[in-house]
Amino acid sequence: MRRDPVPAAIALLALLLLAGALVLPDWLRFLLLLAFAKGLAVLGVVTLMRGGLVSFGQGLYFGLGGYAAGMTGHFTGFSDVFGLLLLGIAVSVAVALVLGLVMARYREIFFAMLSLAFSMVFYGVLVRSEVLGSTDGSNLPQPTFLGYAPEAATGRVLLYLLTVLVVAVAAFLVHRWYRSLWGHLAEAARENEVRVEYLGASVFRVHYADYLLAAATAGAGGVLTAVAVGHVDPTLTYWTTSGEFVFVALVGGTGSVFAPFAGAVLLELVRTFAFAWLPYSWQMILGAVMLLVILFLPGGLWSLVAGREART
Amino acid sequence: MTTTIAIVLDGLLYAAWLFLVAVGLTLVYGVMRILNVAHGSLYALGAYVAAWAVQLWFANRLPAAAGLLLLPLAALLVGVVAGTAIERGVLRFTYGRHELVLLLVTYALFLILEDLVKLVFGVDPCFAYQPYGLLGVVRIGRLPYSLYDLVLIGLAVVVGLSVWLWLEKTRSGRLLLAVIHDREMAMAMGIDVGRLFTVTFAAGATLAALGGALAAPRISVVPGIGVEVIVLAFAVVATGGLGSVPGAMIGSLVVGLVRAVAVHLLPQVELFVIYAVMAAVLAVRPQGLFARAEVRRI
Repeated sequence: MRRDPVPAAIALLALLLLAGALVLPDWLRFLLLLAFAKGLAVLGVVTLMRGGLVSFGQGLYFGLGGYAAGMTGHFTGFSDVFGLLLLGIAVSVAVALVLGLVMARYREIFFAMLSLAFSMVFYGVLVRSEVLGSTDGSNLPQPTFLGYAPEAATGRVLLYLLTVLVVAVAAFLVHRWYRSLWGHLAEAARENEVRVEYLGASVFRVHYADYLLAAATAGAGGVLTAVAVGHVDPTLTYWTTSGEFVFVALVGGTGSVFAPFAGAVLLELVRTFAFAWLPYSWQMILGAVMLLVILFLPGGLWSLVAGREART
Repeated sequence: MTTTIAIVLDGLLYAAWLFLVAVGLTLVYGVMRILNVAHGSLYALGAYVAAWAVQLWFANRLPAAAGLLLLPLAALLVGVVAGTAIERGVLRFTYGRHELVLLLVTYALFLILEDLVKLVFGVDPCFAYQPYGLLGVVRIGRLPYSLYDLVLIGLAVVVGLSVWLWLEKTRSGRLLLAVIHDREMAMAMGIDVGRLFTVTFAAGATLAALGGALAAPRISVVPGIGVEVIVLAFAVVATGGLGSVPGAMIGSLVVGLVRAVAVHLLPQVELFVIYAVMAAVLAVRPQGLFARAEVRRI
């Protein structure tokens, strides 16, 4: 058996990105940070997609993570990034533990629509409650790192480094998950659920586990986004945000744990330049790319990189 | 008492508007198995074209009463032109793909259309308030109510009845029902499914545009109205059952009345009570209130 090259590749890329903190200009570092945070949510969408489920509501967990951090910071002044990260993930997973019991029973379009409905319920709650900041959202305090409170510029670099580490760990763990029994069962369930059941496995448990995993990564992404931007508002959980996750997942394809992050970086780059050069055509570009990928590259852009090997 | 009347009327009005949009969505899904996200853009397009036509009409001081007819005409124009263009230009290349893929295709179309609308009509709000005042106000009990709104409710009933009559009593409608029931068998019997798809999609698009055109005088037409309506229409259709016309009717009534109760008695929950209803219905009956459960294939 060949050695799995992916963990080494993750470590190498992470080292390069960490070293990049020294040379990258501020704007690009910030862009990468946001893209990676978003990529974490996309990673969750991809995880569900491998099992044949498309979530149009991953913004729910992105928003839950973001608001868990935002509200804690706003009301208590607690600003430790590690603490907020754990808290955000815990809140997301706690909600997913309950909703997952319902969601894991649904498939296809119904899963997509029910996930959309739950995220819109959360959006409705956020918009309507004055305590949580309504449509304006609220601000977070300056992040601190285990008691160390750096000045703003250093803090931004540290946050970038932390994000890269979180992404590397998440990518490694999720990759291992894909290669585990559970990962293979998810793919089998996508192809034919009934047969998986006949083999003695529980499709419900497979989807439930994937759902929890997706909530955890999206929650982490939400916390990092909130801390980096220093502000949370209900658009974090709006369905267009969820739609963007699906877009990146689809364009990247489900072939690899690198695809969500590469896709998210590409998306943020295109967005930055499209806004500057072609106003009012940003969504059009997204839509056109999406159509072309669906029509001509069913495996996602990653299938170009992976070549024939992935298809056999 | 007045509150009760207001709740019922507001609920019916909201339901009428929802139904106009949702019935097109459910029809397209029933026949083509496409959950059309771009339905919201067609709604917005209908609203914009209607507003533009009304502005032009009243700016030139043409006979005011005939201005009302502009609304359905604009909807028909948008539905036939844009509907046919989308179906022939894009959708027909994707038939046979998975339902989820089709959902994503229409999501892509939705993104493209949203920006097209912005490029063509700009981002400033359009107003077409003139038709709204034309019909005047009636008093129901002690409640003054705009006649335009009552006409809207009546029109939704008429549209619902026409769709039902079309499906049940005409030849092309029966053919459509056959396709909804079993596409392969319908094809084997010699029904030209491709042509029916084009007609259905254009009809669905016209209904979406009609919803937009009739709403245009009551709202300010701004970018983003398509997004709002499509999520609501999804909720309605999912509650009633995907692909079922009676389902769309019951779904809009439930959602419309629940929302009206919330608006009048507990405004804080207005925005999410609709999705809460949908989530509750789906949690108990995954296929919605009116659709049949699909058989799982082994």
